[in-house]
Amino acid sequence: MKLTINGKQIEATRGETVLKAAKRAGVDIPHLCSLDWAPSPAASCRLCVVEVEGAPRLLTSCTLEVTDGMAVHTHTPRVLKARRAIMELLIASHPQDCLSCVRGGDCELATLAADVGVRQRRYVGAVKQHPVDISSPALWRDPNKCVLCGRCVTVCHDVQGVGAIDFTGRGFKTKVAPGFAIGLNVSECVYCGQCARVCPTGAIVERDQVDEVVAALADPDAVVVAQVAPAVPATLLEGHSKSEGVRMMLERLAAALKRIGFDAVFDTSFAADLTIMEEGSELLDRIQNGGVLPMFTSCSPAWVNFVETHRPDLIPHLSTCKSPQQMAGALIREIYPKHTDLAGKRLVVVSLMPCTAKKFEAQDLSDVDYVLTTRELEHLWGRFGVEFGKFTEQAPLDEPFAEATGAGRLFAGSGGVMEAAVRTAYMLVAGEELEGGPKVAEARGAEGVRRFTVTAGEAQLNLAVVNGLGRVKESVDGLLDPEAGMHFIEVMSCPGGCIGGGGQPYDTDADAVRERLERLYEVDRRSRTRRSHENADVQALYEELLGRPLGEVSHRLLHRTYTDRRPDKVAAV
Amino acid sequence: MTTAEAIIAGRKEQLTREQMIPLLQEIQAADGFISTDAMVRVAEALETPVSRIYGVATFYNQFRFAPLGEHVIELCRGTACHVKQSLVLARHLKRRLKLRDDGNSADGRFTVISVACLGACSIAPVIKLDGEFYGHLTTERLDALLDEVDAKAASDEAAA
Repeated sequence: MKLTINGKQIEATRGETVLKAAKRAGVDIPHLCSLDWAPSPAASCRLCVVEVEGAPRLLTSCTLEVTDGMAVHTHTPRVLKARRAIMELLIASHPQDCLSCVRGGDCELATLAADVGVRQRRYVGAVKQHPVDISSPALWRDPNKCVLCGRCVTVCHDVQGVGAIDFTGRGFKTKVAPGFAIGLNVSECVYCGQCARVCPTGAIVERDQVDEVVAALADPDAVVVAQVAPAVPATLLEGHSKSEGVRMMLERLAAALKRIGFDAVFDTSFAADLTIMEEGSELLDRIQNGGVLPMFTSCSPAWVNFVETHRPDLIPHLSTCKSPQQMAGALIREIYPKHTDLAGKRLVVVSLMPCTAKKFEAQDLSDVDYVLTTRELEHLWGRFGVEFGKFTEQAPLDEPFAEATGAGRLFAGSGGVMEAAVRTAYMLVAGEELEGGPKVAEARGAEGVRRFTVTAGEAQLNLAVVNGLGRVKESVDGLLDPEAGMHFIEVMSCPGGCIGGGGQPYDTDADAVRERLERLYEVDRRSRTRRSHENADVQALYEELLGRPLGEVSHRLLHRTYTDRRPDKVAAV
Repeated sequence: MTTAEAIIAGRKEQLTREQMIPLLQEIQAADGFISTDAMVRVAEALETPVSRIYGVATFYNQFRFAPLGEHVIELCRGTACHVKQSLVLARHLKRRLKLRDDGNSADGRFTVISVACLGACSIAPVIKLDGEFYGHLTTERLDALLDEVDAKAASDEAAA
């Protein structure tokens, strides 16, 4: 069907909202409460109002479905005046403490207010006095900065299926909080951080550890090393040409980190390759020796939290492998002091992660000291006056964890762990490489649940990829059904995988996540080695230290146990 | 078995989210309030996050989250009573009974509930104490009323 937006005719499909149709036509209508990739906006913020010919009132474009012949005007004086007034009311009780806010310089609310032309405070509402929740090791909440757009609630309930937070109370007392307004640390929150990624203000942010890292860097008695997750360079490449690869960005990162005082920079993808060796071996061991099947991946810490707090009955199905972050942390502590003379100084391990749940994981397993999200990395540059966007120096990553395969880098995207695992498991089972090259097309894609079968020699492996925690509830019973005969299931907590993680740059745009995924496929395609078992550093590690996958040393350094953490909802209050 | 468990067990039909408010109302009718435990049970029965039950329950003024005291005072804050200084009565009650945020007195004996209108505007300002109307109130008359309640409690205790 056809409609006109600002006089320009465009095609739209039945059921599409005016907001989405306009976006496709290159017309950006400001909006707060609706998200491109989440269902049913509450239409509560009212910012997206538009004028429709023949309609007496302004209508919210996020809920207005297109009709044939509709004539929409998105930026008329009447609309602009209304939008500005709506914005002024939305921020009337906001503290407007922008100069001391973590979102300073990167605030969607401030940008929107500026865009719609708010230049004075005409309405000064009562100041809210809600307590700030700093109870969790991953996410901090300041309800006083909240404008009640509800994105976090939508994401928590409808996208992630966790439901840890919701609107509570009514009227001026309304705030977003866990049930019974308890701390996040004793709630059902799994720390995925999707709420923080979509928050337009500083009301939900990661627990900030930049100052701790700055202090460690300045400590003459500390040797500070960094490990970088594969999602981070893939994200920093945004806006760069396709020819600039992840490797280049990693080396640029290494140079910049060393300039501000880091002693060594390692590639977490190395540990991803190692994870494949351990997890692939664990899978075969379970299959051959009647272990619990299907086996779920354990790389995504919010997924591990989800199992521990919501579905502890699934604990026997979780791989006992630590996540790559923790494997890398444990190995750095074990090996780096042998490799390099620390001269009696303490070793501080900092990870750069796209993830907020990694902060909890690091505290829980204590192989890593501090975790900085992709967003905090930006703040770290700020402290030291590094203009990373213009930084061109490169430095090689440090041995013995510098080498990673294309498979290891794929870990950052949904289906990546599966694809890497299939490449190596096929070799382990069939004794030869996957036919037709290493690409496993069935593992890729954007669908919520992707099931497929790989035939390796005599054996059939039934596999599935679950893209986002929100897809667990609908699919888990079918996947666990013995009839299905599933062997191995990858679950990543965040839609799209780590590249859409809770610690990633604030954005609500699904296209950005897709672009990062393409970067990962590209770096894998161009890698000299694309199978984890071909990683020379990993092979050397097994020779020198670990012996064999699932061996005694592996168990000590690379594997973990799980705990039933179902919150006692009554006692927590 | 708690009240909530009994009420949930008594439901024959398949429970859906639409049952959330009726269940909460029934629990409150039986217990006089909705406990944390009751909300957790409702959440489990409806397979709904507890945050949503709490969110809905706190949205409506009809729900209470603390047990009722022995004596319930419904204080009218309607327009007529407001004009006749019911706010003074409210503040007086708060001081005298040391009311907490949940409307209960510090000793738990009294519960004060603000209501929009009791429909007795002709005798404003008005309260309902344990179901009985008392109109044309001043702080002095309110004190006398509460002194009476206290005196009766003391004599009952002595008799016991």
